[in-house]
Amino acid sequence: MDAKELYASLEKLFPGKVGNFKGEAMEPCLNVDSAAIIEICRFLRDSPGYNFEVLSDLTALDWPKEEKIQVVYHLFSYAQNHQIVLKVDLPRDNPKIATVEEIWKVANWFEREVYDLFGVIFDGHSDLRRIMLPEDWVGFPLRKDYIEQEEYDGISTQRAPLVEKLLR
Amino acid sequence: MSETASTETGFFAEEMTISVGPQHPSTHGVLRFVVKTDGEVISEAIPDVGYLHRSIEKIGEKVTYHGYVPYTDRADYLAAMFANQAFCLAAEKLAGTEVTRRGEFCRVIACELNRLASHLISVGTFGQDIGAMTPFVHALRERESINNLMEEICGARLTYNYIRIGGVGYDILPETLTRIAEFLDHFTPIVEEFNRLLSGNKIFIERLAGVAVVSKEDALSYNLVGPNLRGSGIKWDIRRDIPYSVYPELDFEVPVGTAQVGSLGDSYDRFWVRIREMQESVKILYQCLKMLPKGPAIAKVPKKFRPPAGECYARVEAPRGDMGFYVVSDGSEYPYRVRIRTGSYTAMSIIDKLSKGIMVADLIALIGSLDVDAPEIDR
Repeated sequence: MDAKELYASLEKLFPGKVGNFKGEAMEPCLNVDSAAIIEICRFLRDSPGYNFEVLSDLTALDWPKEEKIQVVYHLFSYAQNHQIVLKVDLPRDNPKIATVEEIWKVANWFEREVYDLFGVIFDGHSDLRRIMLPEDWVGFPLRKDYIEQEEYDGISTQRAPLVEKLLR
Repeated sequence: MSETASTETGFFAEEMTISVGPQHPSTHGVLRFVVKTDGEVISEAIPDVGYLHRSIEKIGEKVTYHGYVPYTDRADYLAAMFANQAFCLAAEKLAGTEVTRRGEFCRVIACELNRLASHLISVGTFGQDIGAMTPFVHALRERESINNLMEEICGARLTYNYIRIGGVGYDILPETLTRIAEFLDHFTPIVEEFNRLLSGNKIFIERLAGVAVVSKEDALSYNLVGPNLRGSGIKWDIRRDIPYSVYPELDFEVPVGTAQVGSLGDSYDRFWVRIREMQESVKILYQCLKMLPKGPAIAKVPKKFRPPAGECYARVEAPRGDMGFYVVSDGSEYPYRVRIRTGSYTAMSIIDKLSKGIMVADLIALIGSLDVDAPEIDR
């Protein structure tokens, strides 16, 4: 199924919950209403003809100008050899979305990473802890306005610029 | 102490929590497991990763497209060529850059050599984990020859920075091509020898047959990729199914697990897929050496590389499976976001589930058979 057919059928089945389809883009993508993410993902995985049995990737993009964080789902189907990208816009000051862990188990770790680096809260997640950074780290590094804390556990995170030191 | 920790035999023992790693010879790099065991039986092994987090994704937002290529090397130090290629593919797709034909062939030659090197490490260390010391040394000896070839091709032994946007950094010299052909002639019987030494070894087989079986459903749900996915019997290879570069012109098989000695998707199947993939890589290399066309190795690419705004997800079949680079451009000289999706990360997430109820020694077999690579998990 190509992306246009897929979007047309989704629009019919979930009116008002999908939109902003970009079919001409290199990776066709569509926006999904954050409240409908679980039902749409479940439908895409289980329905014959769609068979998105794999969540290839789950990540996020930070758009501070538009005041939003976008969670991006790359879905893939081995059976049909097709893919689709779902995007969910979340408010930047309180990004919260339901977990898709029940649908694809791998989402557990993907979501932990997005939580760790972007600060998106996944409701209903079984083990939402930081994964890359220590538990007591402050801030979310992949946000565009992230400023690194000056020290962590008494260890400085700053380093004097090497070249300037040599020039002096 | 918990009273509930009982084995099937009816013995009650105290449940112990032990920490395996972060520095442990059989965890393949800096990663840690919190293992809860009742004697020899593991009730849970929780992976703890992040020790090698170098924020490669964040660095991607601070350097130019050309400047980012060397950083991609560091994602997976055993298979740097593939990260180079995945990132360059994404950048080329975004900007619509054509790669020269000789460049494509040089890429495939370099990548398949790299795959051989990476799989040699994987099967060698796997043998070592199980207790077979000798095959490891044999594998490392062969890998050394490949490293020498790599040094001739691009001047580096591990972090290649060879594949650039538009082609490859340096053309492969005719002498080097001869030496690659000589190495392949030498390597083909080595695989047979390796099989006699390790793959057919009764103790090795007994240790792996039926251990840590991954069902097809789990392989899909946990998004295992590469040899781990094929070990569970799913015939899927990006080189064949979402073709890139010149792979459609090349003739090669996609080996899958066949329950060779135990049940489908066990540790031995994953190991056996890798051995057969090495043979396929040799086939591909022979073909490439024959087909290598003349011409420039790299296309003319502007120094100030500014792809139009857009986004792109490029996949390559790395030794640890589907490696995806999700690159978002806002039309400036710097990528807006680079996301690296690696095979080891998803492979690591399944260990928690598979470790329930297996023996301590089998945990080591499980980690080795999944071929996880710590820097690739943490990036």
